[in-house]
Amino acid sequence: MCLGIPGQIIEITNVNHKLALVSIGGVKREVNIACIVDEQHPPEACIGDWVLVHVGFAMNRINEQEAAETLQLFQELAAAQAGISTYTNSV
Amino acid sequence: MKYVDEFREPEKAEAIRREIAKLCHQLEKPIKIMEVCGGHTHSIFKYGIEEILPQTIELIHGPGCPVCVMPKGRLDDAIAISQNHNVIFATFGDAMRVPGSKTTLLQARAQGADIRMVYSPLDSLQIAKDNRDKQVVFFALGFETTAPSTAFTILQAAAEGIHNFSMFSNHVLVIPALKALLDNPDLQLDGFVGPGHVSMVIGTDPYQFISQQYNKPIVVSGFEPLDILQSIWMLLQQLVENRCEVENQYNRIVEKSGNTVALQAINKVFTVRDSFDWRGLGDIPYSGLKIKPEYAQFDAELKFTIPNLKVADHKACKCGEILKGVLKPWECKVFGTACTPETPIGTCMVSSEGACAAYYKYGRLSTIAKRTIPKVTITQEPLPACGFFSD
Repeated sequence: MCLGIPGQIIEITNVNHKLALVSIGGVKREVNIACIVDEQHPPEACIGDWVLVHVGFAMNRINEQEAAETLQLFQELAAAQAGISTYTNSV
Repeated sequence: MKYVDEFREPEKAEAIRREIAKLCHQLEKPIKIMEVCGGHTHSIFKYGIEEILPQTIELIHGPGCPVCVMPKGRLDDAIAISQNHNVIFATFGDAMRVPGSKTTLLQARAQGADIRMVYSPLDSLQIAKDNRDKQVVFFALGFETTAPSTAFTILQAAAEGIHNFSMFSNHVLVIPALKALLDNPDLQLDGFVGPGHVSMVIGTDPYQFISQQYNKPIVVSGFEPLDILQSIWMLLQQLVENRCEVENQYNRIVEKSGNTVALQAINKVFTVRDSFDWRGLGDIPYSGLKIKPEYAQFDAELKFTIPNLKVADHKACKCGEILKGVLKPWECKVFGTACTPETPIGTCMVSSEGACAAYYKYGRLSTIAKRTIPKVTITQEPLPACGFFSD
């Protein structure tokens, strides 16, 4: 029910109704962007943003830096364990 | 798909699994963790997460599935509205097979009611524009994740002056439900995996009472396998270090204060009900949302006559105990026999996010049922090869 899917805003289709075209895994769908626009983020500034889409609405932007940091942590953890395994096997 | 595939890599999952095993070894006691959200329950079963965790971790599947907690009486009310001859009733597909006291929306449609499945509440507004001679009613259900979308739809209907449109609001709130669970003496928990997309709207601050008043740790989590594993790892770290904090694993989506624009929309359109009936949990004070008087013309409860009766659940159905984590699905006598996804008796078997449907669909019954928690055992076997986390 609370399913959300990442997508990228590729076009603003209706500024007044705050509608945008979002590419979700290559599928394009018009979604409402009212939840992610304000004075700092007018609709035209949203093109290229990655957002989480839920029931036809872009609910929030995806923080690309935070995502990268999370993935970096996983990468370091996997690398460290691979190193330990290699060392253990060579002793 | 970007932001999905990277969070499903098996070798990274194995790395986190090993860290989890180390912490379980340090704790030397069984740990009970509740994943509140039905989306997490679905992911846990879909990706076999429970299978790869140490046997000292027990996952309790919580009540965060709006379809599962919908009482029969509200379904009867929805069906009654749909059976008005001038009504087009629009709903998310999730609610179509939920059993009321006598029938479902799917059966009501087969019997002639004009019931249509929509992807978004905005689609139901478009149906109203296209059918000015009909009353279009949207079945609004869901937690705080979904409430902003219905609020914005009502605001748009008001702005465009669309008077043949209304909503039957069944929105519910997570925080009062968590409080009801924590006040339940039957439920013994060590921590929570918090709902990611509800928190995207409300933020992480509302969970402070869990750590401060109830001394339980909570980690707000994303929905991919690595997200859930990392959240369990973070929870265990808190337990090992004797901490009780609200932590945010899903910080690529969830901000501390939530989404203020979405919250403003909810507060503009909705007000909190004095009480709302939850399947399995009963009446919970201040746990539901109703439409404010300013938008009364869009409130289906005022536009239509509804039975508004409380209906007891089927005696054989143990959904209530399962939603509270007191019983496991296979401990219900009708699980997998009289109650299946094709012929559900209880709501937990209807939704893909329900614990019963998840156990049934992903065939974990035999392995889970065999699990016992006699002592800490740390295994180092690798994850099954064969694209474990691929769809």
